[in-house]
Amino acid sequence: MHVEIRVQETALDAVAEVAPLYGGRPSVGGVVSFVGLMRDTNVGEQVSAMTLEHYPGMTEKALAAIVAEAGERWELEAVRVIHRVGEIRPQDPIVLVAVASRHRGEAFRACEFIIDYLKTRAPFWKREQTADGRSRWVDARNSDEAAADSWEDAGSR
Amino acid sequence: MIRVMYFASLRERLGCENEALSDVPQTVAALRAELAARGGVWGEVFADDQRVLAAVNQEMAAAEQALGDGDEIGFFPPVTGG
Repeated sequence: MHVEIRVQETALDAVAEVAPLYGGRPSVGGVVSFVGLMRDTNVGEQVSAMTLEHYPGMTEKALAAIVAEAGERWELEAVRVIHRVGEIRPQDPIVLVAVASRHRGEAFRACEFIIDYLKTRAPFWKREQTADGRSRWVDARNSDEAAADSWEDAGSR
Repeated sequence: MIRVMYFASLRERLGCENEALSDVPQTVAALRAELAARGGVWGEVFADDQRVLAAVNQEMAAAEQALGDGDEIGFFPPVTGG
């Protein structure tokens, strides 16, 4: 399994990052990608910008561990996880998870697994600026915890 | 000696990014209790009912995990990436 993991302060070109996953790999039968975008509203308020902080060193290790676990559960050809940090604006891609496999089923499930685990296990934190100039840390969601937990006993489904 | 790092809202509330401690507490829970015992905002941030996650040497760690000389311990709120 070919793995590429990046944490970057520069803009994320989600479309351009997908093609290299299957280019030169004729065994790949499908690629599933998830692109997480910044919304302009959160808990009912207008949000104008966001700053993403992380734990350098641990972040890369945590993402590698999540991808390795996906590779144990499903037969995958290639995985790419790219996450933004620093200042972002509404509509900016925050994260790309792209998974290439021989058959679509594995790629669909592994992609969802990776983003569900990333949301509860990778050390990133969002601080958002509201349209009226206030700044606040984003609270973790229980629904994200539940989504990650649902994989605990699921094996490779 | 251990190195303790604080992230996101914890770092802001504590006004501290990282520090070195010469004594090595036995476990993550013991370290947390020591920090809470400093009182003031430390007592609030590390109160028992506050959800604080910990990592030891950059891997998620449970409260009972043992600590050793040279360890890097990170404390942070529940994560919100993705």
